[in-house]
Amino acid sequence: MKIHEYQAKEVLKRFGVPVPRFGVAETPDEAYEIARQHGTPVVVVKAQVHAGGRGKGTVVGAPEKLGGVKVVKDVHQVRDIARAMLGNKLVTIQTGSDGVLIRKVLVEEGLDIARELYAAVTLDRARGLPVLMMSAEGGMDIEEVAHKHPEKILKEWIEPAFGLQGFQARRLGYKLGIDKGSVGKKFVPLIQGLVRAFLETDASMAEINPLVVLKNGDVLALDAKINFDENALFRQKAIAELRDPGEEDPTEIEAKKHDLSYITLDGNIGCLVNGAGLAMATMDIIQYAGGAPANFLDVGGGATRERVTAAFRIILRDPDVQAILVNIFGGIMKCDIIADGVVAAARELGLKVPLVVRLEGTNVEQGKKILRESGLNITEAKDMKDAAEKVVAAARGAVGAGVGA
Amino acid sequence: MSIFINKKTKVLTQGITGEQGAFHTRNSAAYNAEFGGARWVGGVTPGKGGDQFDAGPYKIPIFDSVRDAVEKTGADATMIFVPPPFAADAIMEAAEAGIKLIVCITEGIPAIDEVKVKAFMRSYPESRLVGPNCPGVITPEECKIGIMPGHIHKKGTIGIVSRSGTLTYEAVYQCGQRGLGQTSCIGIGGDPVPGTNFIDCLDAFNRDPETEAIIMVGEIGGTAEEEAAEFIKREVKKPVASFIAGQTAPPGKRMGHAGAIISGGKGTAKEKMEALRAAGISVAESPAALGEALVAAMQKKSVGVR
Repeated sequence: MKIHEYQAKEVLKRFGVPVPRFGVAETPDEAYEIARQHGTPVVVVKAQVHAGGRGKGTVVGAPEKLGGVKVVKDVHQVRDIARAMLGNKLVTIQTGSDGVLIRKVLVEEGLDIARELYAAVTLDRARGLPVLMMSAEGGMDIEEVAHKHPEKILKEWIEPAFGLQGFQARRLGYKLGIDKGSVGKKFVPLIQGLVRAFLETDASMAEINPLVVLKNGDVLALDAKINFDENALFRQKAIAELRDPGEEDPTEIEAKKHDLSYITLDGNIGCLVNGAGLAMATMDIIQYAGGAPANFLDVGGGATRERVTAAFRIILRDPDVQAILVNIFGGIMKCDIIADGVVAAARELGLKVPLVVRLEGTNVEQGKKILRESGLNITEAKDMKDAAEKVVAAARGAVGAGVGA
Repeated sequence: MSIFINKKTKVLTQGITGEQGAFHTRNSAAYNAEFGGARWVGGVTPGKGGDQFDAGPYKIPIFDSVRDAVEKTGADATMIFVPPPFAADAIMEAAEAGIKLIVCITEGIPAIDEVKVKAFMRSYPESRLVGPNCPGVITPEECKIGIMPGHIHKKGTIGIVSRSGTLTYEAVYQCGQRGLGQTSCIGIGGDPVPGTNFIDCLDAFNRDPETEAIIMVGEIGGTAEEEAAEFIKREVKKPVASFIAGQTAPPGKRMGHAGAIISGGKGTAKEKMEALRAAGISVAESPAALGEALVAAMQKKSVGVR
């Protein structure tokens, strides 16, 4: 689960990580009022959207070229900048060409920055331990640094029962050339706060980029990003409340209500599959056969007729879908139950797009019989390859027919 | 031969009175009994100790703790269906009680709990955890511990290790089409911190005299496949075929499994396939070509296709 920058800063603050003074505005007047109260010669206005790459992004419809982060030297301009951002869309490398709506801006005090560093905690899957990564190249695209200069990224692994020890934090501070007087007093508490925030909120990633050193020696989190482990939200009630449904795909939210794992993709072939691995493999084989999947959808192991119907409904919300492929390897889930669900859903929804079904596994013969006797126009496939080829051909046919009509 | 389990394995279920635990205990016990294979010896549900559970072919006792169950039954393996908030505790309890093979089926365990489990289990090197979030382990016609459909499997010479459940069934099915059975199939699970990884299984299959060839099914996320590729290149003389799911997965999206995510541009199917190919592994581009890739790998190394 993702949250906004301002929320991430509030979380970090609770763990003793210093952040600049900021306020959140939903109107230009509120933005101005916050800026005025800061009383600093410079303020920064930042669009609050979940996507990254805001600084280099473009606000669509702004009177002048404007990114998602604007340093403002005259407090009276804050109102205009906020007006240009709020209610408009921001396009960044992560949003796609449609962009995302800016509904809130963060207004922050300007600071005298001496240095910009990078810090992040994430899970090192190979070691099975959280890892704290730091670099002197703050503000940069860290993936680029990791790729070109892996030696510039410093790492400390964290034993979850003990947290980050003082010596580990000090080691990083000295290596990064932090002023010796500041290491113990300012740097170590910030870094340990970041790690505690990661561990205690069940984060999957907590990043401060840049982490700034001010000319007076203070260290602060100038930007913050935290993602949380969805599997742990049951015990993180306060964190779960930070979810902003406005930033999420409404179809994915709907799918979650039915316990379906669904992700929207760009293609035109809807997929309904059991199991995450097989669902990914089904997308892959559609592409291999020359088509493009419209979605990832795992109905899970305990799919009922209701869930299959819900899955079809969700697939059909996407107007681009020209054909649907059902690929089920029945294990515990029986093919006849799935077939019943498919027939019921197709009848109930008056399915208009071609449907290709591949069934294998437990009770496969009964399942196939149900499909055949339904009187519905369902194309049977004998295996995955056959299924992919048939559905790609069907989608092409449908596209052709659409154009012809 | 086989790896991890065989017909002498004595199995428990933790969370045996839940709907899933009860169903899959009966299903697995019935499969094993059909072949005169491994025996289910008991179940654990705290608070229900002293009750009996009807496993189908026979009745078994329920215990309050794993330690009690081990003392009374000599169990050496367990299948865990405990819900996510309590699953880490159940795994640690099994390790502490001396269980050698802990198969955790539960999906949805917080990642940090899995990290803690891994740290805890360093003190119990005799215990192996398979999973969590996995279909389980099967040695066909001897012992099934998990939720996989037993009857698609056949005893044979292929070892299968996979991060995905249904995709393992697909691999088994494609083996079957070519008349190839399996020594053992291990679902290592779709979570970011699995108890058993590809290398553990590859090493075991490599040492198992009955296993003639190996299928490894990977997916996007992490670097386990790349590490496995290096291990295979260095240690494994047997033919290996592989498929990586998620070639069309978009970056930054979790594809059903908690561990199936391309993050920071790392963990793509392309990188993994390249690493595997560079190690001389026969990689199927399409999931339908896994059987063919296996046969190709076996012919290249002159291992008999029976």
